[in-house]
Amino acid sequence: MNRSHRHGAGSGCLGTMEVKSKFGAEFRRFSLERSKPGRFEEFYGLLQHVHKIPNVDVLVAYTDVHGDLLPINNDDNYHKAVSTANPLLRVFIQKKEEADYSAFGTDTLTKKKNVLSNVLRPDNHRKKPHIVISMPQDFRPVSSIIDVDILPETHRRVRLYKYGTEKPLGFYIRDGSSVRVTPHGLEKVPGIFISRLVPGGLAQSTGLLAVNDEVLEVNGIEVSGKSLDQVTDMMIANSRNLIITVRPANQRNNVVRNSRTSGSSGQSTDNSLPGYPPQAEPSFEPEDEDSDEDDLVIEDNGAPQQIPKAVPNAESLESLAQVELSLESAQNGFVPSGEGSLAPVASGASTEFEARVPDRKLLEEDGTIITL
Amino acid sequence: MMKFRFRRQGADPQREKLKQELFAFNKTVEHGFPNQPSALAFDPELRIMAIGTRSGAVKIYGAPGVEFTGLHRDMATVTQMHFLPGQSWSLLTHQGRLLTLLDDSSLHLWEIVHQNGCAHLEEALSFQLPSRLGFDGASGPPTLAHITVVLLVAASNMAALGTEGGSVFFLDVSTLMLIEGQTLGPDEVLRSLPDDYRCGKALGPVESLQGHLRDPTKILIGYSRGLLVIWNQAAQCADCIFLGNQLESLCWERSGSTLVSSHSDGSYAIWSVDTDSSPVMQPTVATVPYGPFPCKAISKILWRSCESGGHFIIFSGGMPRASYGDRHCVSVLRAETLVTLDFTSRIIDFFTVHSTRPEDEFDEPQALAVLLEEELVVLDLQVPGWPVVPAPYLAPLHSSAITCSAHVANVPAKLWARIVSAGEQQSPQPASSALSWPITGGRSLAQEPSQRGLLLTGHEDGTVRFWDASGVALQPLYKLSTAGLFQTDCEHADSLAQATEDDWPPFRKVGCFDPYSDDPRLGVQKVALCKYTAQMVVAGTAGQVLVLELNDVPSEQAVSVASMDLLQDREGFTWKGHERLSPRTGPLPWPAGFQPRVLVQCLPPAAVTAVTLHTEWSLVAFGTSHGFGLFDYQRKSPVLARCTLHPNDSLAMEGPLSRVKSLKKSLRQSFRRIRKSRVSGKKRAANANSKLQEANAQLAEQACPHDVEMTPVQRRIEPRSADDSLSGVVRCLYFADTFLRDAAHHGPTMWAGTNSGSVFAYALEVPAAVAGSEKRPEKVVEAVLGKEVQLMHRAPVVAIAVLDGRGRPLPEPYEASQDLAQAPDMQGGHAVLIASEEQFKVFTLPKVSAKTKFKLTAHEGCRVRKVALATFASVACEDYAETCLACLTNLGDVHVFSVPGLRPQVHYSCIRKEDISGIASCVFTRHGQGFYLISPSEFERFSLSARNITEPLCSLDLSWPRGAARASYSLQESPKLSQANGTPGIVLAPQSCDGSPNPVHSQGADTPEPLEAALSPMSIDSATSADTTLDTIGDITVEDVKDFLGTSEESERNLRNLVEDEARACAILIK
Repeated sequence: MNRSHRHGAGSGCLGTMEVKSKFGAEFRRFSLERSKPGRFEEFYGLLQHVHKIPNVDVLVAYTDVHGDLLPINNDDNYHKAVSTANPLLRVFIQKKEEADYSAFGTDTLTKKKNVLSNVLRPDNHRKKPHIVISMPQDFRPVSSIIDVDILPETHRRVRLYKYGTEKPLGFYIRDGSSVRVTPHGLEKVPGIFISRLVPGGLAQSTGLLAVNDEVLEVNGIEVSGKSLDQVTDMMIANSRNLIITVRPANQRNNVVRNSRTSGSSGQSTDNSLPGYPPQAEPSFEPEDEDSDEDDLVIEDNGAPQQIPKAVPNAESLESLAQVELSLESAQNGFVPSGEGSLAPVASGASTEFEARVPDRKLLEEDGTIITL
Repeated sequence: MMKFRFRRQGADPQREKLKQELFAFNKTVEHGFPNQPSALAFDPELRIMAIGTRSGAVKIYGAPGVEFTGLHRDMATVTQMHFLPGQSWSLLTHQGRLLTLLDDSSLHLWEIVHQNGCAHLEEALSFQLPSRLGFDGASGPPTLAHITVVLLVAASNMAALGTEGGSVFFLDVSTLMLIEGQTLGPDEVLRSLPDDYRCGKALGPVESLQGHLRDPTKILIGYSRGLLVIWNQAAQCADCIFLGNQLESLCWERSGSTLVSSHSDGSYAIWSVDTDSSPVMQPTVATVPYGPFPCKAISKILWRSCESGGHFIIFSGGMPRASYGDRHCVSVLRAETLVTLDFTSRIIDFFTVHSTRPEDEFDEPQALAVLLEEELVVLDLQVPGWPVVPAPYLAPLHSSAITCSAHVANVPAKLWARIVSAGEQQSPQPASSALSWPITGGRSLAQEPSQRGLLLTGHEDGTVRFWDASGVALQPLYKLSTAGLFQTDCEHADSLAQATEDDWPPFRKVGCFDPYSDDPRLGVQKVALCKYTAQMVVAGTAGQVLVLELNDVPSEQAVSVASMDLLQDREGFTWKGHERLSPRTGPLPWPAGFQPRVLVQCLPPAAVTAVTLHTEWSLVAFGTSHGFGLFDYQRKSPVLARCTLHPNDSLAMEGPLSRVKSLKKSLRQSFRRIRKSRVSGKKRAANANSKLQEANAQLAEQACPHDVEMTPVQRRIEPRSADDSLSGVVRCLYFADTFLRDAAHHGPTMWAGTNSGSVFAYALEVPAAVAGSEKRPEKVVEAVLGKEVQLMHRAPVVAIAVLDGRGRPLPEPYEASQDLAQAPDMQGGHAVLIASEEQFKVFTLPKVSAKTKFKLTAHEGCRVRKVALATFASVACEDYAETCLACLTNLGDVHVFSVPGLRPQVHYSCIRKEDISGIASCVFTRHGQGFYLISPSEFERFSLSARNITEPLCSLDLSWPRGAARASYSLQESPKLSQANGTPGIVLAPQSCDGSPNPVHSQGADTPEPLEAALSPMSIDSATSADTTLDTIGDITVEDVKDFLGTSEESERNLRNLVEDEARACAILIK
């Protein structure tokens, strides 16, 4: 306790942030540099130190702005926790052996309605039991719905984050045909559809893609006129940061825009966020979408390092910009608006997943659903 | 119709104009031998020859460089072709018109026509026979059902059509309309027969129609059952009647007094035509030339008279059924001299070049041309011994299957002359042969090419053939065989076979088509040639790397042999593939030409997948599926070996997915095949006329397509993982003098790229050559690993090139030091261009940082198959040229990118995406042209450059009454308008110059070339079969097959375990 010096909550000090840590019945309070939170391991060590529990394996969790209990177990979600703490970071510590994993997830601490589930199912307010999610070792975003403000309501743009290779992307695509409204009336046009989701795969676990969803774009490039093989290769080439725009086969889960807020960026999903600091980006920043570009170079048997991007000199700048701009312009647009839906899997997917199960059955019975 | 990927670029009109001056897509000419020829014709007046193919293409050849191509609208086999003869003999007329008969019973009239200042072969008229309607009983009037023979009647504008039903119809050629009322039915002929010749049976189909050179009113009709009738058109009666055996073919002698008929029992008969019309029962001579045992039919016979006495009888077939029934033979008989020409492939047709002027008394045949399924052979009949005349075109590229190809541009005159002289020593020309090439029609207007281009093709039998690819006609120059260096099992067998051969029939082996390889391990996988030092490297299927040097005189010397272990004692790998070749030891005699100096054998002996040569440093680098090696061939010592295998890679050890199987296995399979074919044969016999049922079944299948939808073609979306099989395959190797360690010192470097997206860069210590001497001092070369780059997208690295300070590719070895190219800029920062199958990237050097990139696959969904740096010269400005990256994708599209900006310039569709072997065989030249195989025997040449175009430009003196006016044209042929062989000629180019591009812009390249491009010097240029896999199945890789087949998830999974049978099946399916 003597280590922590108290700052008044209202002092508004920009540099430091108050941390309230609870282990069992004990509370500890201390402060952190908001700008330099350090690494997760250091934070973990600090917690063990202040609670005087060295050599005890613990799980660390915090409550986010929605009141959800979320784990802190790596740098990414630690930084997210620090950056979103407002004004103070509430940390809960459990011994690993007696940890209650089911506590994680939405609506765990507060009885406040989840914003996202409200938006997605305004008619469905019934309470559901929470499903158990796995040991949250790698707790970071795996998917998100983006560009809600610029896309038609019938479309959904899904971003899948592929970290490492532990979990397969896990979906298949096929050829098919869909009906479009054209100046000449209805026309049947060839299209690419999701044909299968691998159980346990990333695509299925997000619940954002479903069988018979029509794929419209891959990373901003329209797939119309491209063959199945071409689309396959495009998806594989973009697999580390795959952004698929689909027309969901099931149109009942579409984002319903409030007429009041429709068209305004981000508000449709996020208007309840109090004082969300926009500059505090979690690990998935736009530069990150080129993470697949970070080829490794090993110099003279030294340690591998990522290849930096060359500082373009005046001569090559022009040519570089031409390519880069066209590559990224389509993807930059979503960044501000995407914030709200970038909710980690705990809030989005767990509920989504449940809701999907009956839907999928429905689809299987119906066969091909033609959507207009 | 250019597709702009980026609107941004389309906005700049100046750049657009420049692009139009630089790039244009044209498919210009087809080199090699037409695939699956089916018909032959010769115009004795114009001295041009036409070849028709099973795909409906018509190709006309004259003198070297004179070529016309046409393609029928329907994909039907051309069964017969006839040039329209001159119309009257008072005035020499050259029509240049051709009548073709397809197997769908349609007749087509082709003309070489003049249009907008240029000419081409064009279909003028076509005539589809009325299809058989309803009942076709014997009672009905004769219908024109199936044409068996066509005769163009010399004097009138008329064609006689013999049919299966035994009728002869007459057709007006100028309109392709049937002439009513002239039809000669079998009944009419029978009526003019004396009663005792009517055997109560039908006459059978018309088997032969022959016209008389001097008396056009008479037609000789031969019916299948053996009746021969000389029909007088004017009198409408039979002049003479002969009765022979089952007829195969007829020939009417020039004077009209003698007939020769050939029969299905292998006999031929000579009949004398008497003026009295009493029927002839017995021929003057009847003989079975290869009797007395049963013989096969003589399918075609020719009789040619000579002034010097004695006549030629030339016939095909007729061999003794039991002993030589499987031979493809043409027999040439003159007086007592008989030669049985023994060919390696099926005989399609043959003709003689002889006098056709009616006033001449004798035929005086000059040459015999035999069209075979795989080659054209011409014999000089005026020289005793009838030697073969080497063909200046229609080269049988595929005499052994092509396994790789490479193009060398701007060959120095000195090296050219040496190669030509080596080739001449190889096949000495008979000096006595007065006749050079009998088919001499037309004149080539194409300018003498300003630079020499050499196309090298590596073959399955271990040979490398050198072709003159400077002009329209691809001519063989020299053939290098590497088989002599190795011990193979087959030599004894050969000598045995020869010993057992009898001297009757007097066989003479003719032709060079020989698809059988002694040993598949001899196959050539990669070729690289240094045009300044005349050194080359040839790498093969069993890991052999041969360094050869051109020597103008024969020599006898031992070849030094070294082996390099590329596994580097990696544990847990056992090679299960073929063994390495065992080289002959001791001094070996070598003919003049490229003689081997050093042989390096890789261990394990997997096929070499990449090779590169640096003659200035005397270094050769080579890679297999296991790793790569660097060898100093001056000191004959290995420098470096590096294993690139991933620990999980097991497939690499399985050896190639070979087409050679164990004898046991292949025997078993062939038995199975025989059994299967017997079963199916019976079935076919049982319901022979169930075609209707089949058709119904097909309709029914089409009617329920939901069957197909039940199991849709699916594609799995998964990123590539690091432990994919075959990740260790070395895809490209490259030498460069550049900055690898620091920005102050440049030096020799070697680069290697693998299938899993790894790039290894080595700094080399090469002792500097002493001034004035060619060779460097005898010091050890050392290699130190400088950098290792792992591309995160892990796609196979297809090519590596270093760009100098001005962003231009480094010149080839010796190019700069011999002042043949501008020295590279060593002041500015260098950059390395790494092309993977998915992306192009430029990194700075020596500090590797990404500069520019283009993600092709992420944008287009296509994958890179071939890339090359090429120099594109401008049409408008003599001096302006740009170096660009040309790229062929798996969809068969060609993209051009700027360098080093990597901005897309133009984009054309070139090859059908289903044509996997075509895509795999593509090779780019340094000046924006390219070649790819459209069939196993033909290269299509295309050009991306607006200036550098090699196309046939020729003239043909035609004169024939066309409409009212009689005109004489000197025609120019345009770039091919229609594509033979069904390759779509869609041009997405910026309006590729109206009319024909100026012939002046042919091969315009001035030396020294400032912009000579070099990308992994030769190995990139060389298109090879073993690109991604180890198999030797020509040109098809596992990956290609994967691309092509609609693999479901399961088959995709199984692909790793792909057994060789399956791979073979795929290959057959695709081809």
